[in-house]
Amino acid sequence: MMNKKAALLAAFGHTIPVFTGYMVLGAAYGLLMDSKGLSLLWIFIASVFVYAGSMQFVAVTLLSLDFDPLGAFLMTLMVNARHLFYAISMLGKYRGLGKMKPYLIFSLTDETFSILCSTDAPEGIDRKWFLFFVSFLDHIYWITGSILGGILGGMIDFDTKGIDFVLTALFVVILINQWKATKNHLPALIGIGSAISCRLLFGADDFIIPAMLLILLSVTLIRTPLERRNKQ
Amino acid sequence: MNYSSLQLIIFFGLVVFGTVITRTLPFLLIPDRKEIPKFLKYLANVLPFTMIGMLVIYCLKNISFTDTNHALPEIISIAAIILLHLWKSNTLLSIGVGTLLYMFLVQYVFV
Repeated sequence: MMNKKAALLAAFGHTIPVFTGYMVLGAAYGLLMDSKGLSLLWIFIASVFVYAGSMQFVAVTLLSLDFDPLGAFLMTLMVNARHLFYAISMLGKYRGLGKMKPYLIFSLTDETFSILCSTDAPEGIDRKWFLFFVSFLDHIYWITGSILGGILGGMIDFDTKGIDFVLTALFVVILINQWKATKNHLPALIGIGSAISCRLLFGADDFIIPAMLLILLSVTLIRTPLERRNKQ
Repeated sequence: MNYSSLQLIIFFGLVVFGTVITRTLPFLLIPDRKEIPKFLKYLANVLPFTMIGMLVIYCLKNISFTDTNHALPEIISIAAIILLHLWKSNTLLSIGVGTLLYMFLVQYVFV
């Protein structure tokens, strides 16, 4: 019991930026769904079971078009393709977690991945419960935010413009932490460079998959020289 | 929104299914009992760095250097986060100050 409580507290500390971001973006999502005439039940179902922020927003757009189930399915695969790379990164880390593993895999969003790929459980904290609580708390924040957005609707008057920048800030800080933790900055530069060049070439809506392919190609090409250098 | 309840169920069911595929596929192909291939181990080592880099750009995908603000709120806020974080190394402080600065800039300075 003490183990769990300590893990929960440690996890909470790491998820505070996500709390802010998810409450706000979740609320924006709830508001948008509400404005399209979807009930709280559907907002709840989407946030619990889809639990993929950018795809949920895309899905709202699709809902105002004609019913096209295959199109929706393919769109989901494309928008969420980057999860494949998160999953590959966590193959080793998520081993031997037993019953908890399916939930950790299911709930691996951009933000949860960004925390868990760059952070280990602190000294003396149960690793398994730490991984679980970071994932679970983020999920709860997202659900809570979207339900609140659906309930409050247009009642929110506080000017929150720009607050979603908290997630950009989170990723920037993680990038700096990673940068300081390693001598080899090539992978980070490949990620940034591929994304920028594909954004310029393919536009804001269609650049993630080309960027992923470019990343895959680049890291494959540098593998041999990189591993040779590491051996020396 | 003119979907029937059944259409909504099918629609969200497929969106859930698609999302679950993208998150589980690598784990299904390489379950715990299977050795992780060397190439995937290599990818697991380098991808976290590349993907965080990509996520930063993903967040900034809609900025434009040619519009009225010239992406200055983003540039200034990110520069402040980098400097503050290199100086104090306090994650929450850097994120908090960076976000408040950005909100201030888009609400009062670059309106």
